[in-house]
Amino acid sequence: MPAVRLAGIEVSFGEGTTRFVAVSGVDLSVAAGEFVAIVGPTGCGKSTLLNVIGGLLNASAGAAFVEGQAVRGISKPCGYLFQADALMPWKTALANVAVALEITGIGRSEAERQARAFLARVGLARFGDRYPHQLSGGQKKRVALAQMLIRDPRILLMDEPFGPLDAQTRVLMGDLLLKLWQQDRKAVLFVTHDLDEAIALADRVVVMSAGPQSRIIAQHRVDLPRPREAAEIRLDPAFHVLQKAIWNDLRAEVMRAYGDEFAAIGGKP
Amino acid sequence: MKRSHLIFWQLLVAVAIFAIWHAVATWPILADPKKVQFFFSTPLAVMARVYEFFASGSIWRHLWITLSETLLAFVIGSLGGIAAGFWLARNPRVSAVLDPYVKMLNALPRVVLAPIFMLWFGLGIWSKVALGVTLVFFIVFFAVYQGVKEVSQTILANARMLGMNDRQLFRHVYWPSALSWMFSSLHASVGFALVGAVVGEYMGSAAGLGYVIHEAESTFDVTGVFAGMVVLSAFVIFIDWMVTLAENRLLAWRPQAGERAT
Ligand SMILES: Nc1ncnc2c1ncn2[C@@H]1O[C@H](COP(=O)(O)OP(=O)(O)OP(=O)(O)O)[C@@H](O)[C@H]1O
Ligand SMILES: [Mg+2]
Repeated sequence: MPAVRLAGIEVSFGEGTTRFVAVSGVDLSVAAGEFVAIVGPTGCGKSTLLNVIGGLLNASAGAAFVEGQAVRGISKPCGYLFQADALMPWKTALANVAVALEITGIGRSEAERQARAFLARVGLARFGDRYPHQLSGGQKKRVALAQMLIRDPRILLMDEPFGPLDAQTRVLMGDLLLKLWQQDRKAVLFVTHDLDEAIALADRVVVMSAGPQSRIIAQHRVDLPRPREAAEIRLDPAFHVLQKAIWNDLRAEVMRAYGDEFAAIGGKP
Repeated sequence: MKRSHLIFWQLLVAVAIFAIWHAVATWPILADPKKVQFFFSTPLAVMARVYEFFASGSIWRHLWITLSETLLAFVIGSLGGIAAGFWLARNPRVSAVLDPYVKMLNALPRVVLAPIFMLWFGLGIWSKVALGVTLVFFIVFFAVYQGVKEVSQTILANARMLGMNDRQLFRHVYWPSALSWMFSSLHASVGFALVGAVVGEYMGSAAGLGYVIHEAESTFDVTGVFAGMVVLSAFVIFIDWMVTLAENRLLAWRPQAGERAT
């Protein structure tokens, strides 16, 4: 039984003449313990798909299954790392992580003890007392990561988790994520716009077409050895072959998504 | 600016105002000093009167009355505002129906209510409290309503994905958000509680700072009016300072002005 299965998913926004079909006819299945990266031009509906799987958004057609169950309401087995900042600004880093356990009925002191351990795992042992506005972008993402992981969800939905970070920090965060994932391989759906990141992390890279009515246009298996280290894996010749192949699929779509803008500045789409 | 410098300049402004006031009331600079004294009194006379207020101890009772009216109006108005704000924000349909009435009531100048409240609640403190409540209620109500409505959708979605039920969402997300909005209007709501109290006293009572000023006015005792205003201003600054202290404790999670916003 796959961890996640999407069958003919279509999502539309608005009604009547303003109806906008973001994604259409998306079939995808993620095996338990599989790390799948989704790449695609901006606005193609990557976040939309994750929202459908997480149960935050209803598909207008098709069916979504999480661990074999049709999605209805919030998908309990899923942890979700959002593209935008989602920490509660009125709670310290420690409280933000601990609250994920407290709401399951675990006592405050025990929750905080475990939260401290998780903050240490993401390298923030000394930052527990800080409020989100006192943390850097990368530190906030790591707190959010700890907040998601502490509940031990079986499926991870990650939406450009390292999006706003600089290239070096992204690589370090990627390595951290792989290290944590290696310990108890969960199913992961990882959205990114960074091809290198997708290949370095994933078992499979899914390419989506430009919207509207975006669909999956290609899938590439990544047969690079694990455990991986981002800096080294990038030197592997197989990495470059993959990179080229995926970019071939993606380029036309990115051009299409930016078509109007390219035309506007006199470039050739 | 350093703190000591700041206080120095602030004091200098006060000294300058007193000096000019004293000068025009003593020498014929702008007009006949006698006339100026009739309309504006003199700073020394005002200070002497303030001293007398405290030396004789007569002012304490009035301060205490005004303070209790202010606090009662603030607490009752806030509780009502919080409850109504939450209720309407979580029930969009009720809120849509009541919207014009809320706007209407809020637009009503409260002074016209003062006589009615005196009729309903008597000349004691409760008519003043009621006046303050009508002012505080709407400020807190709008702040809480806003706070609940404007909770970041991402924070909300994240909290739901973490598995929070409605009660937990309320406690960990809606409540803190509403409270932060409410505290951001804390200065205004405490200030209005005081305005309600003083205006109420002014319009009819037997005690309180508003009464003191009104009494002096009715006998053309300009010195008394100014002395009352000085005490009232000092009282306002004291209350505002207490609010700032409370705020600093309760809103520690907020970025301070000047801190980077990432
Ligand atoms: N609530 C909404 N109402 C109307 N249109 C929406 C709404 N949410 C998303 N869309 C549209 O759906 C499309 C897909 O949005 P989505 O956020 O899934 O894109 P994305 O692939 O995650 O893009 P990015 O890489 O920039 O994050 C976009 O064209 C967007 O404008
Ligand atoms: Mg997105």
